[in-house]
Amino acid sequence: MPQDPADDALIRVEGVHFARAGRPIFSGLDLTIRRGRVVAIMGPSGTGKTTLLRLIGGQLRPDAGRIVVDGEEVARLGRSALFKLRERMGVLFQSGALLTDLNVFDNVAFPLREHSALSEVMIRDLVLMKLEAVGLRGARGLMPSELSGGMARRVALARAIALDPMLVLYDEPFTGQDPISMGVLVRLIRRLNDAMGLTSVIVSHDVQETAAIADDIYVIVGGRVIESGSAAALTASESPWVRQFMQGEPDGPVPFHYPAPDIDADLLGEGEA
Amino acid sequence: MTLWLEALGRWGLGVFQRLGRGHLFLFRILAGLPTLLSRPRLLVTQLHAVGVLSLVIIVVSGLFVGMVLGLQGYNTLVDFGAEESLGVVVALSLVRELGPVVAALLFAGRAGSALTAEIGLMKATEQLAGMEMMAVDPLHRVIGPRFLAGFIAMPLLAAIFSAVGVFGGYFVGVGLLGVDDGAFWSQMQAKVDLYEDVYNGVIKSVVFGFVATWIAVFEGYDAPPTAEGVSRATTRTVVHSALAVLGLDFVLTALMFGE
Repeated sequence: MPQDPADDALIRVEGVHFARAGRPIFSGLDLTIRRGRVVAIMGPSGTGKTTLLRLIGGQLRPDAGRIVVDGEEVARLGRSALFKLRERMGVLFQSGALLTDLNVFDNVAFPLREHSALSEVMIRDLVLMKLEAVGLRGARGLMPSELSGGMARRVALARAIALDPMLVLYDEPFTGQDPISMGVLVRLIRRLNDAMGLTSVIVSHDVQETAAIADDIYVIVGGRVIESGSAAALTASESPWVRQFMQGEPDGPVPFHYPAPDIDADLLGEGEA
Repeated sequence: MTLWLEALGRWGLGVFQRLGRGHLFLFRILAGLPTLLSRPRLLVTQLHAVGVLSLVIIVVSGLFVGMVLGLQGYNTLVDFGAEESLGVVVALSLVRELGPVVAALLFAGRAGSALTAEIGLMKATEQLAGMEMMAVDPLHRVIGPRFLAGFIAMPLLAAIFSAVGVFGGYFVGVGLLGVDDGAFWSQMQAKVDLYEDVYNGVIKSVVFGFVATWIAVFEGYDAPPTAEGVSRATTRTVVHSALAVLGLDFVLTALMFGE
């Protein structure tokens, strides 16, 4: 389907339903991600944020509804068309997902060697430029096992942008990072988005860090978007869901306690076999 | 009774589902093999990992198996004054049976388990999913070269096993027990048939290599992405490969040498 030039939506998620092992994860999810923006998808753990990235990347298919990326409905694409689309996407996995038998240089060179006919000299220059962008040009000879968690994620980021994609999907980029690595990643994501004209989708529950760089934020609870807007708009939101999530309150619409019988009855052993 | 039937049905369906997945997986690997022609380095790397690194265990085991055959064969033959046929006994036992079978069992334990663990861990650490998202098919890039390397390496390892085993029998029979050197080799040359014995042994090792490598790469690819899942898959690779090799050996022997 040709892209309408007036339409600046890169990703449209329309009425998506998705269930796994009989448990509904999305029930009528709608959201739009515009080109050039840094968009955060936030929500408590287990709300299917990573599943959403997998749906956008075509690793999963929705049970109902559709997901359109750059004018193409992902679930309807054949394998080769899907792979063509993925060449225009970069994905930063939570674990980094670096290939452990290749060093840093070869990891970043991997997509270039797979998808381009560039000479090794050209590939070397490109890889060094990408590594320079994430500050790890000097670490090109290291193996993934020699990298800290933050460095591994930066190498994975350099690899994700190796083919100059239109879109980068970040899966929990800040989880388990020390404050310095976190600060570096936060700034990198914003800087790369603006410098390379990318569109970035960040799935995260690190509210402060994500809100600091996101242009638009979607909060997902219970399988649907309950609020969206800028960080300022969400901070001022009256919704108890959003307030609990943005302020990190332990109790609220998302209860502190897992459903359980009355504590007095439980302590006295009533109702047990 | 109903519960028992339900469990049996579930188990049966599970077995057939896995068989189906395994065959589809094989067809997809085979369809992707031509892409390897343009990238022989991937295959060479895996041939080294699967074949060259298995050489030590194959050579040492082959030597000992040959030596034992020499000793046992001599003790039996000498009662009939037929110790000069030792070369034939050792060579036929190795080329027809022990070479392909023992080499395949060792191959499953050494290379097969390593393949399963490596692929399972790549899955658990999202490396395979990462490749998919980089628009690279892991079946072509990771599994295909490993499968082909195992398929090529296994018959060569079995041949090396048999050759080293013959020398093991020679050291014990001729070197230690005094069997005539010329009789050992000339009887072997006269009685071991290239088509009947050697080719049939090669066919066995090709079949075992195909099946053992297929089981190893499939178990790794199909493993649940957890520590326990990979551990179970590795165990299953060794057990299933051993059973498949021994079962197929009977079938192939019956087809080749049965009346």
